[in-house]
Amino acid sequence: MLMPQPGEIKSRIEAAIPGARAEVEDWTGGGDHFRATVTAKAFSGLSRIEQHRLVYQVFGDEIGGPIHALSLSTQSE
Amino acid sequence: MSEQTSEVREAIEKAIADNEVILFMKGTPNAPACGFSARTAGALQSLGAKFAAVDVLPDARIRSELSALSQWPTIPQLFVRGELVGGCDIVTEMYASGELAQLLGVEQEDGALEEPALGNGVLEIENRL
Repeated sequence: MLMPQPGEIKSRIEAAIPGARAEVEDWTGGGDHFRATVTAKAFSGLSRIEQHRLVYQVFGDEIGGPIHALSLSTQSE
Repeated sequence: MSEQTSEVREAIEKAIADNEVILFMKGTPNAPACGFSARTAGALQSLGAKFAAVDVLPDARIRSELSALSQWPTIPQLFVRGELVGGCDIVTEMYASGELAQLLGVEQEDGALEEPALGNGVLEIENRL
């Protein structure tokens, strides 16, 4: 994954977290700082830290690598 | 785990245990090296909170051991009373809602934080003119 695209990040989040809906934007236009808003039933009962961890886990080592930053806002349904 | 690596891990664990409020960041509160670290340190500073800060940049092992310990991939990371509170997004949300002031036991005056400066994606310019 050399230059991640917002649409690719969105579909990977939605595929990995059941029932998730994600909106992803390229924050700087540089292809490495992204901002995502994720809503999912799977978040219910989880703390904010745990909700963000679920999303970060989708990308593993790519966070801090090709994806320099993924800013998150999460909500349970 | 090598002996040296476990030494770094132990130093991090001790720092988190010894300091009620501790921020692991890129750069220092007065000379942050990343917009996200700047914003997180800025939230603590604008609350007048006392906090310890560790610059993760001088030694790459600090960052890798910290993330292994906290199960959190990015910097900054704020710990309060030994627990990971979060990174820039969570700390900023908690600042806006007043939860951060409550957690830290400080009074909050009105005032919004500035958006982090991220440069234009091509050049990271630190303007010191």
